[in-house]
Amino acid sequence: MTTLPATPSAKKLGLVIDLDTCVGCQACATSCKEWNTGGYSAPLSDMEPYGADPHGAWLNRIHSYDVGDGAASRTVHFPRSCLHCETPACVTVCPTGASYKRAEDGIVLVNPDTCIGCKLCSWACGYGAREYDYADGVMKKCTLCVDRIYNTHLPEEDRIPACVRACPTGARHYGDLGDPESKVSKLVAERGGYDLMPELGYKPVNKYLPPRPRRDATTAAKPAPQEQIDEPRTAIERLFAFADKVLSR
Amino acid sequence: MHPAYSVIVFTTFSGAGFGLMAVLGLGAVFGRIADFWAIGAVGIALAIALAGIGLLSSTFHLGHPERAWRAFSQWRSSWLSREGIAAVATLGVAGLLWLVWTFVPGPGIVIGMLGIATAILAMITVYTTGMIYQSLPTIKAWHQPIVAPIYILLALTSGTVIAHALLLALAEGQRAFGLAGMGLLAASALAKILYWNRTDAAAPIATAGSATGLGRFGTVRVLEWPHTQENFVMREMGYKVARKHSAQLRRSSLLAAFAIPFVLILISIFGNGLAALAAAFGAAISMMAGLFVERWLFFAEAKHVVTTFYGAEAA
Repeated sequence: MTTLPATPSAKKLGLVIDLDTCVGCQACATSCKEWNTGGYSAPLSDMEPYGADPHGAWLNRIHSYDVGDGAASRTVHFPRSCLHCETPACVTVCPTGASYKRAEDGIVLVNPDTCIGCKLCSWACGYGAREYDYADGVMKKCTLCVDRIYNTHLPEEDRIPACVRACPTGARHYGDLGDPESKVSKLVAERGGYDLMPELGYKPVNKYLPPRPRRDATTAAKPAPQEQIDEPRTAIERLFAFADKVLSR
Repeated sequence: MHPAYSVIVFTTFSGAGFGLMAVLGLGAVFGRIADFWAIGAVGIALAIALAGIGLLSSTFHLGHPERAWRAFSQWRSSWLSREGIAAVATLGVAGLLWLVWTFVPGPGIVIGMLGIATAILAMITVYTTGMIYQSLPTIKAWHQPIVAPIYILLALTSGTVIAHALLLALAEGQRAFGLAGMGLLAASALAKILYWNRTDAAAPIATAGSATGLGRFGTVRVLEWPHTQENFVMREMGYKVARKHSAQLRRSSLLAAFAIPFVLILISIFGNGLAALAAAFGAAISMMAGLFVERWLFFAEAKHVVTTFYGAEAA
């Protein structure tokens, strides 16, 4: 059913992405592709992977931007995937009911057995989160690794989305953003996490943490002055001074 | 947006087909065309065929056309689903109209009632088509309150121009249809000019800075794409048409869709015999060609907000 759940889910599972610590290594993207091409979304087809114009369905895309001007400019790596919006138009425009938002945890999913591949959901999404699988003929999107997070066959520490598990810098956090006491909610409050394009009115669940203020020569505190050693006077002090000189060489 | 031919054929043909059945349906009541057996037998059949070709064409871009029947289920939330239901309902009533008009002798109240019902349903269908586009807040050029009304106007215009040609060929011809066609052509041209002025002037939905939320740190420039070749998102939504070409194509579409048919209909009204007939059909053909260009531009010029992640300054 493509109408949204009558009552918004109290649980809002989602991701918090730290743009300060993301290094753009693409580990989350490749890990996502690897897990999902064998999981719920299988297959995530690639077209002409070794041809002149290779492309394929990926659920997570990492952009890199140059932000700011001159000496103040910086590189910001920007992972982009489904934000599991609270009021997503990608769900309501779906003519078949293949797209749906789960009432129990807010995850937005596509039923690959009823999707007709009309692509209208990709037009309705402002975040480019949905990609058409040219071989499979249906739309693919981030499932928040719904086949991992509840999977009791996996060890406890692996019951998180593949992208979060793979991130080497801890730039991706997973949790319940509907619970103000959760780790992710507190992180968002502490770091000023923000929504992407709130003006679309889709109320994204995923949040982005802005890069922290710069720390460089212009902003750093002056280093403490170095300790001054008095001129040696006694023979013992001269001996220590000599030893210090030799050993410091 | 990528201008898919299947969708261009769908919107222009179904618009003309539903427009034609609406005009003939109303003509059966308010005009004197119900007396002409051939208008029902050929005209309504042509309208059904045009709408049918359009609807069939719309299934060509589906990944799974065999599942298209599922699209009738989500009318509560989806304009595309509503359109599917409205289209099938309209075709059903139009089919009845064709049967009665063709096989039940003499003008009757039934033709009139079915004509009115067909006209209302056909316009609802065209409105739902327009709303598929108008309802998307991600595309500035479509999220305008005049988009769906223009779909209705263009459908009625193309229906009237085709009806005028059919009346000349199959009945004695009625000046009122030609004059109405000319009025609608002028109104359509004005509406499209208004639409282009409005969409060109409309404020962007987002910029590279606002979409990423990084604008607070200064100008946001693309350093690297996430992928070396265009992915689905860029293939589907990153289509660009040069401003120079779009200005030229806008002029061509105004000329072919509205100006030339306007003059040809004038000729057909005052001419007679084969020349008038040729002018009337020429008007219909020129108009359809012009509407093709107009619809191609409707897609090709529409900029999706997701392009701001890929280097578009604003969308």
